Amino acid sequence: MEMGFRWDFAYEILPQMLWATLNTIIAAGVGYAIALVVGLFFLLGQRTPYKIVNVINRELVEFIRSTPLLIQLFFVYFVLPQFGIKLSAWLCGMITIGLHFGTYLSEVYRGALEGVSKTQWEACRALNFSTVYTYRRIVLPQAFPIAIPGMGNYLVGIFKDTPLLSTIGVAELFHAATAVGGYNYRYLEPYTMVGIIFLTLSIPAAMWVRNLEKKVNVAQGKVKQ
Amino acid sequence: MSYFAFLTEHGPTLLLGTVTTIKVLVCSAILYVIISMIFGLMRLSKNPAIQGIATVYIEFFRGTSLLVQLFWVYYVLPFFGLSLEAFVAGVVALGMNFGAYGAEIVRAGILAVPKGQWEAAHALNFSPAKRIKRIIIPQIFPIILPPAANLTVELLKATALVALVTVVDLTFEAKQINSITWLSAQCFGTALLIYYIMARFALVPFLRWLEVVAARKVGR
Repeated sequence: MEMGFRWDFAYEILPQMLWATLNTIIAAGVGYAIALVVGLFFLLGQRTPYKIVNVINRELVEFIRSTPLLIQLFFVYFVLPQFGIKLSAWLCGMITIGLHFGTYLSEVYRGALEGVSKTQWEACRALNFSTVYTYRRIVLPQAFPIAIPGMGNYLVGIFKDTPLLSTIGVAELFHAATAVGGYNYRYLEPYTMVGIIFLTLSIPAAMWVRNLEKKVNVAQGKVKQ
Repeated sequence: MSYFAFLTEHGPTLLLGTVTTIKVLVCSAILYVIISMIFGLMRLSKNPAIQGIATVYIEFFRGTSLLVQLFWVYYVLPFFGLSLEAFVAGVVALGMNFGAYGAEIVRAGILAVPKGQWEAAHALNFSPAKRIKRIIIPQIFPIILPPAANLTVELLKATALVALVTVVDLTFEAKQINSITWLSAQCFGTALLIYYIMARFALVPFLRWLEVVAARKVGR
């Protein structure tokens, strides 16, 4: 077998890899969208006045957060069919990623809400604003900028965890690389290309998030420009 | 098959896998702490070359996926004549990946020590080594331990990935039992529970205890 990096082989498989990259981006985007919504539900569970709901919610979040995403994927993929629920690998992957990262995002939301000063609530109470109005016009506009950096970080985090989906057969980038590698019995080029594609996508994304964070800090008056 | 019968038959196998998981966790935790100390300090170096190397390292390992790095170490390094055993490859990939995240924590921790402490140590004519060892390091531990604890729990979860490069750990055993018995709910459920118990009732209390000790050391 020829040693070293074979550029012709890399060039040959490039179109295939780029198509699979599209799948990875779609997976990350859909998973993230689900996680954003699921996070809201966990937040709701945390803030309802019913103690029992709070406790169940907290333990569930704790459980999901402290177990590996990989086994959660297997669990959803293999166990649901036993109860007669047949979902595609794609759907299973999206649900699991959404649940897993939803717990993280609920923490981001919580931190952001707690970051809004209590006096804002008191002022709204004094002005006789309704709770909905207080949230919509006073609290959320202040909480959202605080949440942005955390939300951005988890978008990058989800993107970097999408290769796990290949273990249940979702045809994303890493899955394509393994398939191409197995077919040609050369793993050097496919896996190296996966690494490079990830770098070229995630470094600008991370820089963008860092930039946002700086802007938010300036807007919040924490740092002078 | 009742769950109890499942446990008596396959429980010992899962526990053996758990032992391997703990070994992977301990080895990669030691490696990542060492790497994050080195690269965290390098990141603060005034020498642009040293700082540049650290920055490239950190950006590279944080920018690519852990699974990709793991497969690269295990399947691609042999192309360059470096064949690592699965266990070693897993520990190296985990240690290097988490070392990159840890380096940023160490860097932030060192920067969080008030400047006055450096100046005071300087004014008292402490040598640079003594300044770091006696003044700065005892103060950074209470700062870096809480985020490092989070990272270590993430590491425990990430050890599951080494199963994919044929390390026979808890995840690997669960997958194996699943493919023999098709009792998916039992084997993956049990594996999830074991990970949960390890994280919640062993690792987290231990890390909290470390935090308390470190805080007490500086009189807080």
